[in-house]
Formats: sequence, C-alpha cells, structure tokens
Amino acid sequence: MKPPPFEYHAPTSVEEACSLLASLEDAKVLAGGQSLIPLLNFRLARPQHLVDINHVTGLDRISEKDGGVAVQALVRQSAVEDSELVARVCPLLRDAVRLVAHRVIRNRGTVCGSIAHADPASELPAVLLALGGSVTAVSVKGKRVIHSQELFKGVFETSLRPEELLTEAWFPASPQPFAIHEESRRHGDFALAGAVRAGDRLALFGVAPTPVLAERRDPTQGLEPSADLEATPDFRLHLVRVLTERVFAA
Amino acid sequence: MRVNGSEHPAPRDARRLLSDHLRHDLGLTGTHVGCEHGVCGCCTVLLDGAPVRSCLMLAVQAEGHDVTTIEGLARDGAPLHPVQQAFHECHGLQCGFCTPGFVVSVVGLLARHPHPTEQEIEEGISGNLCRCTGYASIRRAVTRAAELSR
Amino acid sequence: MTTRWFGAPVQRVEDDRLLRGHGRFTDDIDEGALECCFVRSPYAHARIVSINADAARAVPGVVAVYTAADLPFGGVDLPLLIPHPNLTHGRTQRCLASERVRYAGEAVVFLVAESRYIAEDAAELVEVEYEQLPVVITPEVALEAAHLVHDDVPGNVAAEMLQQKGDVDAALKAAPHRKHLRLRFERGAASPMEGRAVWARWSASERRLLVYDSTQSPTSIRGGLAVLFGLPESSVEVIAPDVGGGFGPKIMLFYPDELLVPFAAMQLGRPVKWTEDRQEHFTAVNQERGQVHEVEVGFDDEGHVRALSDDFIHDAGAYTPYGIILPIISAAQLPGPYRISNYRVRFRDLYTNAVPTSPYRGAGRPHACFVMERTLDAIAAELGIERVEVRRRNLIQPDEFPYDVGVGWQDGNTVVYDSGNYPELLDRALQKLGPKPAGDQVGMGIGIYVEGTGVGPYEGAHVQVLVSGKVVAATGIPSQGQAHATVWAQVVADELGVDVADVEVTGGDTRRFPWGVGTFASRGAVTAGNAMHVAARMVADKARQIASDHLEAAPEDLELVGGRVSVKGSPDRGIPLGAVAVLSNPVRYAFGGGTEAATQFAARPRPGPPLQDGEQPGLEATGYYSPPGSTWASGCHAAYVRVDPKTFRLEILKYVVVHDCGRVINPLVLQGQIEGGVAQGIGGAFYERLAYDADGQLRNASFMEFLMPYATEIPPIEIDHIETPSPLNPLGVKGAGEAGVIPVGAVLASAIEDALHVPITEMPLSPLKLYEALLSS
Repeated sequence: MKPPPFEYHAPTSVEEACSLLASLEDAKVLAGGQSLIPLLNFRLARPQHLVDINHVTGLDRISEKDGGVAVQALVRQSAVEDSELVARVCPLLRDAVRLVAHRVIRNRGTVCGSIAHADPASELPAVLLALGGSVTAVSVKGKRVIHSQELFKGVFETSLRPEELLTEAWFPASPQPFAIHEESRRHGDFALAGAVRAGDRLALFGVAPTPVLAERRDPTQGLEPSADLEATPDFRLHLVRVLTERVFAA
Repeated sequence: MRVNGSEHPAPRDARRLLSDHLRHDLGLTGTHVGCEHGVCGCCTVLLDGAPVRSCLMLAVQAEGHDVTTIEGLARDGAPLHPVQQAFHECHGLQCGFCTPGFVVSVVGLLARHPHPTEQEIEEGISGNLCRCTGYASIRRAVTRAAELSR
Repeated sequence: MTTRWFGAPVQRVEDDRLLRGHGRFTDDIDEGALECCFVRSPYAHARIVSINADAARAVPGVVAVYTAADLPFGGVDLPLLIPHPNLTHGRTQRCLASERVRYAGEAVVFLVAESRYIAEDAAELVEVEYEQLPVVITPEVALEAAHLVHDDVPGNVAAEMLQQKGDVDAALKAAPHRKHLRLRFERGAASPMEGRAVWARWSASERRLLVYDSTQSPTSIRGGLAVLFGLPESSVEVIAPDVGGGFGPKIMLFYPDELLVPFAAMQLGRPVKWTEDRQEHFTAVNQERGQVHEVEVGFDDEGHVRALSDDFIHDAGAYTPYGIILPIISAAQLPGPYRISNYRVRFRDLYTNAVPTSPYRGAGRPHACFVMERTLDAIAAELGIERVEVRRRNLIQPDEFPYDVGVGWQDGNTVVYDSGNYPELLDRALQKLGPKPAGDQVGMGIGIYVEGTGVGPYEGAHVQVLVSGKVVAATGIPSQGQAHATVWAQVVADELGVDVADVEVTGGDTRRFPWGVGTFASRGAVTAGNAMHVAARMVADKARQIASDHLEAAPEDLELVGGRVSVKGSPDRGIPLGAVAVLSNPVRYAFGGGTEAATQFAARPRPGPPLQDGEQPGLEATGYYSPPGSTWASGCHAAYVRVDPKTFRLEILKYVVVHDCGRVINPLVLQGQIEGGVAQGIGGAFYERLAYDADGQLRNASFMEFLMPYATEIPPIEIDHIETPSPLNPLGVKGAGEAGVIPVGAVLASAIEDALHVPITEMPLSPLKLYEALLSS
C-alpha cells in the first residue's frame, strides 16, 4: 500500500497552480489529502501529476461575504469547526463539519476538498446544496462561480473542469430552523443516509449519486439508492423517511 | 522540516509517506503504521501541535512544519510526559502498537480541552483504533492525564 | 509460599519503552534490509496458466523475484500442524502457488527490492494468466458439493466427527418438548493492530540465521526453519520481539513469508524484511468463526434439557494447516456450564475458496456458546419460563467437580471440568446488573460459558540470580500485550523474595529459551506461569543449599526475604542473594558488592572437587511445567441494551462480567484482558463481518468497511471476579485471555431479541439485518 510514482508540483500562487493545471496531463490537486492519499496508497488513483496547493498563499481565510461565509481552499475543516464566525453566521456548517470523520482527519482535511471530491455520502456537499451555496473555480481563462445545484454531477463527479482550481466555497447564512442528521455505522463513518434541513429546504446525502434536494412531504420521491454491505435501497429509503422526520422535528 | 526540535532535509522521493520517512529515514520507529488508509490512527503525529495522520501526508508536505512524534514528548532519561504517565498508571496499553498514536492524540485533545468532559474524551479518542484494551482503560488514562497536567 | 506480589495490581514493567516510542516491533528492525511484497491471486479459485515476471525483474531496484519454480522447496506442501485421525482429507498450501490458487490472496510471486515502493511497482508488472474455476464460498455451498475446492476431496469434506454421550435418540423421543433451531455464525477476523512481519539475516561466515517474526510461536518457527534449511537448531535463532497484538492468527505457521524471507536472506546475503500491509492482512491471514448449526433439543416442562443433538458444518477455508482444532473445540464446549446427560454432536469440516481458518480469540467457543444460549432462550420462550431460571435449573452444581462432560478435548483427553461455581457466577452477575432500565425496546441478555484453558503439552522457564542480586528469567512463549514480563516477574519475585522490579523477564527469544510451544489457547499463565514458579523454586532451593554451608544452618531453616537468604527468625544471620550467586560458581571473578560480601564467607573446606557430582555452577535453574489436563475457566455476562426502533442503532446501556479464572496473579492485567475481550466480542457481534461475495472476493478488505469499533461504540464494562482455584497446578491459576470475547454474541443476541421481539438466529447482526428481520416477522 504505497503510492505509485507521480510528479510532484508545489505552486505558491493561484496563478501558478492554474497554469500547471492547464499544462499538465492527468493532474490532481492535493489539498488536505484525506481522501486522495488513501486512494493513492491503495493505488486506486494514479495521477501522473500531483499539484500540491498547500504552499499557495492567500487561500486560507474564512470570511463573511454576501451575508454568508466564504471558506477558502486551504481552510481545514477543524478551523471551520472552531470558527466563531461560522458558529454565528452558519451554525449548520459547524454542526455538519463535526460529523466529518474525526478531529484528526479534520485537522488536515479541507472543506473545499470535501466538496470537490463529491463523495455522495459526504456531509458538506449536501450542506452546500441545502443552503443554495456556490463555489468559485479559477483557471487560466478566469474565474467562474458555480451554483451548488450545477456543481454535483455524479459519484465523485463535479462540473469543475480538469484545469480549474476550486478556490472558495460560499455558504449562505443558515436559516432557522436548521438541522443535520445522519445514520452511520460507527461514529465518524460515512453516512448510510443523511438529511440536512435549512429552513424549509431539505437535502439528502448517501442515497443518490449526488446530494439531492427533496420535498419534506415525500422525501423519497424519485430516489433510487444503491445497495452496499450496510444498507439495501429499501433500508436507505426507510432511513430517509426517519431522518427527514427527525430534522423537521428539530 | 523540524522533527522533535531538530531540522531534517525533506526526502528526495516525493511519494514517500511521512510515516515511512519518520520511521525508516529518520529512525523514529515509535510512530507505527497500522492501515495506511487513515483509519487506525497508529501513525498519528503532531503537525504544528495538532494531531494528523502521518500515513495521509507526503513527507515533502511537512517541509516548513514542526512535527512532533511520540519520541518528542519526553526526552530519554526524563520522566514520562503526563499523558504517558497516565497511560502507565491506568494500564492504558497492552501490546503498545496503537499507543503512540493514542498518546499523541490525547496530547492534542488536552491542548484543546484541558478539562475534557466525558463526551470530549470520547470524541477525542474516537479517531484511533485499539484492539487490546476495549478503550475503558484509555478513557481512564485521559481523565488521569488531565489531572496530572494541571 | 509468600504471596507478596502474586495477586497485587502491579503496574506493568513493559510500559515505559512502549510509551516512549522505544518498543521494538519487527518492522522497526532495519539494518539495511531489503523489502518485499507479494503478487497474490486476485481470484478465489483458478488454474495458473502462466507466470511471466521478466518485466518485474528488469525494474531498477528489484533484487530478486521468486516463483515456485525458483524455490528448492517450491514443491513441498506446508506442514499440517495438528493431524487427527478424523482429518481424513487434510490439505495444505505450498509456499507459492504454481498450478492452482484456492483463495483470493494466495501467494503466487514473491518480490524483493530496495524498498517496498519499488517492490509494489514491480509487482504490478508481473503477468499471471489465470483460468477461473467455479468458486465454493460459505459452508452451505461447500456442503452441496456442486464444485470441489480440491479435486481429490469428495464432497469438500476435510473431516467428519461424531461423538455421543448417553442415548440421545431415546431421550429426545421421551422428552415432553422438542425444538429445532438453525443457527449461523459468520466469519470474523482478529485484526491485530500490527499486521504480520518477518525480518531475517543470514551470517554466511558463522552459518547462522537470525529471524525476527511477529509470531505467537518463535520456538516452532525455529524448529521448522532448521529442518527446512538443513541446519542444526542451534544455528537458527527466532525472536518474537514486541508483537502488536496476536489474538490467534499469529500462532498459525508457516505462512509463506516465514520461509521466503529467511530463504531470500540466505540467497541474497543481505537482511530481508517483509511487512504485511492492511489490505493483504485481510486476504492472506487466517480467519475464523464460520459455522452453521442444526440443533435438536428435548426438554421437560421445567425446562431441564433432556437431550441435545447438534449437527454442524465448519468453514475450513481452502486448506487445513491447523487441523480440526476449531470444530473439536466447538463440539466439546457447546454444553458449557450445563448438565447435558444426553449429548450428540457431529461436525463436518468443509473446504471453501476462502482464507484458511485457525483459532481467533475464543477459537470455536463464541459460536458454541451462541448455540447453547440461543437454545436455552428458545426453551424459555417455549415454556414461558424466565430465561435466567432455565439456565439456573440446568447448571452444573459446585459439588459436582471434577465434572466429566463426556466428549473429546483438543489435547486428546476427554473434557473434565476441574473446578468452578457456576450458580455463584449467575447470581453475582444478576446482582451487578440490577433492575432493568425503563423504556421501550430495552432488552436484557445473559450468557454463561466455560472455557478450557491452559492446554499442554508444556512450557519451560529459566531463572537465574545474577551476582548483582538481580534476577533474569526467560520462557519460550512471547507476549502480544498480555504483560507476561510483569506477571512472570510477580511469580518469580515471590519465590526468590526479591522486588518485582529486580526481575527482568524475556519471552519469545530462542536465544534465551529454546524450548516451548506458544502463546495461544489462554495457556500462558497456566503453562509458562507455573514453569516460572517451578524454576524459581528450584533456584530458591539451590540458594538455600549453598547458603546453608556458609550460614551454618540447615537449608530448611533458611528463608529468602528482601533479596537475602537468612535464618528464619534471625534476619541478621543472612547473605545477599547476589553473594550466593557468587558462591555458586567456584570461579569467583565477579566485580561488585556481591563478591565483597561473599569474601566474608570464605569457602569452607570440604572433601572432593569444588564442583561435586550433581552440582552445577550458577544460581540458576531450568524448570518445566506440563499440565495433566486443561483448567476450566468460566464466566457470566449480562447486559441491558436499547435498540432504536427506527434506525436500529444499538446502545449498550449496561454490560457486566463476572469471571472466574482461578487465582488471579494481577487484577489490573486481568481487567484489561476482559475489557479488551468484551470489546472484540461487541465488534464481532454487531460491527465487523467479512463480506465475501459469491465469487469469493472479500468486499470489505479495509478498515473503512470492516467496522472495528472505536471508543464510541464500546460501553464501560463492569467486572467482578470469583476465584475457584484450579487443583491441577501449583499456582491454582486458569487462563483468562479469551474469556471476555466468548459469550458476547450470545448475550447481545438474547438482549436484542428481548428488545425487538424478533428471533435472532445469526451472528453478526447489523441495523440492516434487524430492519429486515423485523420486516419479515
């Protein structure tokens, strides 16, 4: 379980990172590495180039923006967890981050990385979707804002282009009431199913190829969850109903 | 990178994991490797004071950072660090393989929560697997470590 | 015997270096070793058509690539460790497969390189062409025998064994009630935090082989390597250094790497090391537990069992290197603490295309206990009698020991319980458990078990008093965290009247003690513990003998106290133990205080040579202990659980253990053993499973999906002890290592059934299984 060979790049600016991403074939961005490095160790991912953005300056801020919270690409999940700004403006994000793996993983893992990785069972993409947030993608061609509803395209798939760097995720302030509930086998595991409530909006995770928006009255409508060792599609639908009830009971 | 207070050059091979670099290049074999996919926690070290998995970092990424391994907590011949002492008193270890990762994690936990609640203890140690103790003695050790650290 | 240390919660002497990161595990040993990896079969059953390793050999940094054809022992079947007359079709694998692979993970090619990174790069370039064959997975499929794992093993049956006590058919027929149950236990995995590892160095000039191995039995590894490589045993040294947990699978030998690493070191003239990674641990290290039981029980209106018949199949995996110990233990331990006058048990041990099975903590017992306790719960439900009451009515009583169960045991004897007090266990557990907490979906579970511990054939120990007065002791068996160095020191310190801190123990190092069996079957305290006691007593006797000349007192008037041998009642008339050590050697060359003290006692002239017939120099002795039979530990676990009626999340509200392992050497260490065992039991009952698909692929070969519990999943465990000393050994001890794990599945099944009112007939459980059980009921 050792990473395969790759070429390592450590840009120090967004521009440099973007020009690397534009020029390199088969490059992968390395931020927190908490999902990517296990994939390398299993040799399930074998990119030719790794673009490590950890030395890029000016990407590590959490700020209040447009009535919400902007989280830059190198902000660790633990920093969001501890942020007073996040607690005040978007406590839903704080609650969600606490459900991501364990503190030791959050010390390294980034919020933007989790969103770019787009694991369907992961919390933060669903929170972004429930809040109707967006991300900023930068490339040599310029900057664009991608709304959360346009971002998630499939299992580990987003509308980010290979040459784009996700530099920031923007989470609108969490409306009252809000809640996130998930069912996982062990504390810190990926969810078998999860539900995020932001006011009247409901987003589900772990039950479709991407996080999805759903209706409170009929949350399972149109869902065709996959089966795995711990849950059948039927059990997942059952959990969706239970969790929906629980987030709206909050 | 600075490891336990001493400067070391980064490895030449970019794909070398920090865990392998510490163990096999620097001879700091107290950091153990149990899964190499970030679940077990045996390889936990402090990066600038916060616990991280050294199997989920490339060694080159530690350049410019401070790494503290289990060997850095108490100098040879010096008394044990309070967390180490507490693990000893409470029989918080059996085979000792997960132990360095737990001790380092608890050092990180107590830095954030010097007076941890039961739930903070639970969450603070929940990123590490132990197959020997059943965790009860480790919980006791964390409580004791907090006392000894005061 | 004085009991200053025995029974005291002595803090561990092992801890300091482990806590400082100065432990020495096999992978910590480097010395410029080459590193290795395997190409393993991706298929559960296939014929190997061809192997081409040319591209791998050409990778810079690759030092050697071995296939079976490259090995002088490539055609040798690996040993079958414990043959048995009923194992009519025993089969073992070869070091590297060359014709057939029978489980996904079976080793095919072995690569040695300058680093593991390079070895893994090269392994990807090895081309193995396979022709896939039909896969036999699960014992039920094996029993159908539509396909064979071994062409020459009809019906996939490795072994069949039938045992009977009493007249089961007649008793079943006469019983007022009968019940049939089908109970299933899936495979589980020990998963020690340290995987397996082997390091070897060959010294050509000295013709000596040095091997470090993360094994539970270095003495056996040494014997095997000596034979295989044609060396005298004295030229092979095997050391189990710090071992990061064992729990059974590290007692298995030989794994292919245990031969290949030393072989490569001899061939290449450089140290060679192989360290298993977690992924290969899941597919190449032995597993356990897969069994399916068909039980027929006859009972009367009061719930007394009149007859019990069990017919079970056991998942052997692809080979039977460890014989049929597991099903033999299950068969023998199934009646547990209950009086079953008419008992019949048959098992068939079946080949499947999965990793071989060999003992994992509990070894055949968790499943046996599950079957017996489920049966008693079924009787209680049928009759409407309290579950506790049914158990109480069937328990063997304290005045019935020794109690002959009437079936065969793993050591070839029959099962005879030496001592115990099962009703007391039950009463104490219930008392500790207290009243049931309020709330819906709260259930109570209970389970009682007996565990045969301390099997032979023997262990030995060497104890020596140094001229410094310090004591060194060694035994053949290694520790994997059980605190041997502490508890053996306690045993020795008591005999020699020294401080426990002055006794330094080495285990599992053939340089220090070459004979022995291994650490398994909860046998360390009984076998090595008593051997330590025997050897230390011999040293004490010798010390009294030597000192008697110099103190002018009869040996029987001398005592060993405070590091001195002195005349009873006259502590001033004494001599330090270190000085006795000096006197024990006619050549007095030692430095230090011991010598100076000894010079005050000029040797008294006595006729004859300095070392007389039968005398040996040195204040040391080697002693052995060989148990006449197993010692039978026992315990009762009880729990309250709550199951979320919607998410089926399990919450263990209270878990109590009352345990009896005879005399307790160190309560602190014992508590750790029990707590850890229960946690493993909880993992195996509700979180962990080995999910093989029909193609024999393990679908969850990582810690992300094999759900070993974190602290958040394990509740506090409340523990109490009773002591019924074993009459079979001088220390009165029984084993404790496996106890914690045995009844947990049975207890949680009972509790969850009570909480949800759905029949529980299998292990492990999960929220999904409970959801589906509720849907179908």
